[in-house]
Amino acid sequence: MKELLDDLDRWRADGKRIAVARVVDIEGSGPRDPGAAMAVSIEGEVVGSVSGGCVEGAVVTEALAVLHGERDPGIVTFGYSDDDAFAVGLTCGGTIRLFIEELDW
Amino acid sequence: MSSLYDVLRDRIRAEAPVALATVIDGPALGGRLVVVPDDESPGSLGSLGHPELDRVVRRDALAELEAGRSGIRHYGPEGQTTPEDLVDTPVVRVFVESWSPPPEMWIFGAVDFTAALAKVAKVLGYRVTVCDAREIFATRRRFPMADEVRVTWPTPMFEQRGDTLGPRDAVCILTHDPKFDVPAVEGALATRVGYIGVMGSRRTHDTRLERLAEVGIDTPEQLERLMSPIGLDIGARTPEETAISICAEIIARRTGRAAPSLRDGEGAIHG
Repeated sequence: MKELLDDLDRWRADGKRIAVARVVDIEGSGPRDPGAAMAVSIEGEVVGSVSGGCVEGAVVTEALAVLHGERDPGIVTFGYSDDDAFAVGLTCGGTIRLFIEELDW
Repeated sequence: MSSLYDVLRDRIRAEAPVALATVIDGPALGGRLVVVPDDESPGSLGSLGHPELDRVVRRDALAELEAGRSGIRHYGPEGQTTPEDLVDTPVVRVFVESWSPPPEMWIFGAVDFTAALAKVAKVLGYRVTVCDAREIFATRRRFPMADEVRVTWPTPMFEQRGDTLGPRDAVCILTHDPKFDVPAVEGALATRVGYIGVMGSRRTHDTRLERLAEVGIDTPEQLERLMSPIGLDIGARTPEETAISICAEIIARRTGRAAPSLRDGEGAIHG
């Protein structure tokens, strides 16, 4: 989160709504520890990362869905243990859980 | 009035300890609590939906903060924690994220190895302090990468600040000089520091053991805490390679992995 603060300040000063995705859990091999975070502005700007680049694209989609009210804030899971064959996975074979919410607090 | 985020952000920036607990699953999804240590205001801000849950999570968050850990914990909606109490209640999953001040590394001895070790330690996120009693060696010019350079003997350093060291911190003694090494080891052993490494050849190590015994440091518990000779057995030769071997040993000790330490082997260190 620390590395996101400058961008978050700027976006907030510009009055942009922001969603934050944080890694809350990892099973098996995962590139980033709990606490790794990325943020997405309502205009689609992105800072930070939550994996080695494997799931960031999908996270942006989910984060924008939260901001647009198309999905509730909550946990999103990525990985090969996922039943959804179309789910985006991590190339290292692990499973990663993110909590995505709007930064409105 | 400052929002929760403002408080969190300001403390993260100031490298002041702070934890954020968020309900990520359960009845009060999105509830959150910002937790700071006991002796500081405001204590906690926000709520997870029940005062007893707030109290229990605050207690656990302070422990996570002390250990520098982040992770998910499970509770009942009213702060229940025992398995019997959790039967037939919805589970509240709380993600506790903690921001601790950076771990400390104190390096005794202003030698060539010190500059290399300070550099590698900075990469790993340590706050690095270099100490040497010799004014002409302990200079900022020689150690620009260190956060602090102090002209001091080990004993006053430990007397003044030894009680701030904890399990995440490291003391590396690179002086090779018994009149400096012995009080540094003595001082470090009196703290809760997680890693104590002492540089020197195997022969230096043997004579050092004799001198430590003279000041009463000879119990297995005390000697078990000393990584001496310092570093993993990776055949390091240059100061930079040696710095990597020391930092790798610190990581391996913390994670409990069986990487081969020089201490536990025999034969030439640079062979």
